Amino acid sequence: MSNQFLNDTIIEAYITEASQLVEKLEFLILGSEDTNSYTTEAINEIFRIVHTIKGSSAMMEYNDISTLAHSIEDLFYFIREDKPSLIDYKEISDLILEAIDFIKVEVEKVKKGQEVDGKCDSIIEKSKILLMKLKNANPKSNAIKDRTETKSLTSKPIIQETIRVKVDKLDKLMDLVEEMVIVEAMVTHSPDLKGLEINNFLKASRHLHKITSELQDSVMSLRMVPISIVFRKMNRIVHDMSKKLDKKVQLKLIGEDTEVDKNIIEHISDPLMHLVRNCIDHGIEDPEGRKAASKDEVGTVTLEAKNEGNYVIVRVEDDGAGLDKQKILEKAEESGILNTDPSKMSDKEISNLIFQPGFSTNKEITEFSGRGVGMDVVIKNIEEIGGSVVVDSVKNKGCTFTIKIPLTLAIIDGMNIKVGNSHYTIPVTCIKEFFRPQSSDIIIGVDGKEMIMLRKKCYPIIRIHRLYNIKTNIEKLTEGVIILVEQDGKSICLFVDELLGQQQIVVKPLPNYIKRMNTAKGIAECTLLGDGSISLILSISELIE
Amino acid sequence: MNLLGHYHDERSFKNMDDTVHKNEFEEDTQKDKYLTFRIENEFYGIDIKYVIEIIGIQPISEIPQLPEYIKGIINLRGKIIPVMDVRLRFEKEPREYNDRTCVIVAEIKDISVGLIVDGVSEVISIPESDIVDPPEMSRDKNRFIRGIGKAQSGVKLILDCDKLLNDRETKSLSNIQ
Repeated sequence: MSNQFLNDTIIEAYITEASQLVEKLEFLILGSEDTNSYTTEAINEIFRIVHTIKGSSAMMEYNDISTLAHSIEDLFYFIREDKPSLIDYKEISDLILEAIDFIKVEVEKVKKGQEVDGKCDSIIEKSKILLMKLKNANPKSNAIKDRTETKSLTSKPIIQETIRVKVDKLDKLMDLVEEMVIVEAMVTHSPDLKGLEINNFLKASRHLHKITSELQDSVMSLRMVPISIVFRKMNRIVHDMSKKLDKKVQLKLIGEDTEVDKNIIEHISDPLMHLVRNCIDHGIEDPEGRKAASKDEVGTVTLEAKNEGNYVIVRVEDDGAGLDKQKILEKAEESGILNTDPSKMSDKEISNLIFQPGFSTNKEITEFSGRGVGMDVVIKNIEEIGGSVVVDSVKNKGCTFTIKIPLTLAIIDGMNIKVGNSHYTIPVTCIKEFFRPQSSDIIIGVDGKEMIMLRKKCYPIIRIHRLYNIKTNIEKLTEGVIILVEQDGKSICLFVDELLGQQQIVVKPLPNYIKRMNTAKGIAECTLLGDGSISLILSISELIE
Repeated sequence: MNLLGHYHDERSFKNMDDTVHKNEFEEDTQKDKYLTFRIENEFYGIDIKYVIEIIGIQPISEIPQLPEYIKGIINLRGKIIPVMDVRLRFEKEPREYNDRTCVIVAEIKDISVGLIVDGVSEVISIPESDIVDPPEMSRDKNRFIRGIGKAQSGVKLILDCDKLLNDRETKSLSNIQ
């Protein structure tokens, strides 16, 4: 048994190391191609990387990878030692990128436990030919003693002192902290304490709460990684796509140090790739088109990440042609997803049609876009982590996608309420105010719907007990509580029996089995209350619809 | 009440008020063993490999707009588990829960579910050869039975857990569009 464990650890270490090295290598090569030079630092680092890959792969007996790495090593050994002046950077780049792709594919096979049987003889051949060409073009006497140092390309190390920890250990730690929050509430809000004079206890429980909150924050931060990991992958995409489509595009990264939960990284990678592809495919015009629009020949795609309160905002912006309103409306009509009168739709609403399933304005299906499955997959991935996407576009100026993701899904401040015998919880951030209504404020609309007048504004009332068919004694609006809630700029009023109090709650998803059958609007999660009972969390955005 | 009488030496268990846990033992000794339980006057068997534990009935939180046989969810030491009233699933008359009502916590293909039954009986061995196919009718409750087991203590209807959980014939569902 222990042999298997050892094997697995070694394989895992190899996969992690190889993946990281290959990413680094890609970054260095793309950078050098941009500046058309290899700094001494870059050469040394490339050599080190390739040398390490050679050694590790040989040890694991992935001989093809090892031989490939060896041939690249020979190439850079020559570059390092002989310092040739005539170098075809593009050719070398292409070769190394090809090698990188091969290694990536093989490492995937290792990950999946498949046979590592890829053949790279052609790449090795090309490498040998390239080396010969280099040697021929740069006979010994042409060596230049000093190299002009251009801007350093070696990436600043992303992580300093580190220790490798298995993700499931972190997950277990998070689970324990979550349980602790629940149990802390069970202790400090215990029904046994009702009505007792316990000042010292209360003081101590406040102290306890302070410490558990700090512990919570600490543990959450363990899982945070800088978003640069995802951002950097885009370099390659921009590089490949601009080549393929014959467009000139540069990538600008802002705020790549911003840290997000590891879980978010995994869900945001694909959507970002798709959005960046879209920007280059649809947004950025080809060089002539850009000149005609008096823009810089080189288009820019900007990726920005920043923290805003409890959210992380990720922006994907291009300075291309912007969304074509007319085309969008046409396509929406064609795909049958246009449900409202276009003249009544704001520009923003029209732009956001592109997120509907089945939508695509590409006339043909290219390798990169056109199947209409991209955008709604983007939305799905982002919604899975509780985030949202909006798009904003100005014709001829460009287009911006803004993704908003909550930092902490798990623990929020909730207001517990009671309807009949059922407990519900509303996120405190959605609550604007609550009160007992006067009958004079209540209006019955033309369609029989109840509404309430509040400071000259009219809000519809949703009776929770009716919505969910709950038996309760409190049916008169004036005997219960009205809660004004707001989400995404829209507000409504909820009618409940009573408020039970505010509490920090751990959000738990409903079991999938239930989610699959549940047709009730507005409930997808729940939480455990201090006394062990379950409270269903109301999703305000769903109720507002 | 003495549950699981035969297996004193292989499993440890407490009385009905506490939970009954499975000890770890080789896969093979779980084969052909069924936990039998009672609904009204009939005895059913559930493959022991699905059974995680047995608990007494506890407060259930209702969730609106679910099929009536899904009573809601319970809090099992921090884990949220849906519970199904097997009586209602078999379209029998509902009965009030009392202190003999048990919840069999089962895990089938990564789905944890609590099955509310009238009472739990014992764990018995029924070799595959002693299980015959159920009668042809596939309507009503028979679609949840995968076989009829002949045991010394009587006939046990062997549950098809997959169908029990997933079969969604429209009879008891009212889909409000």
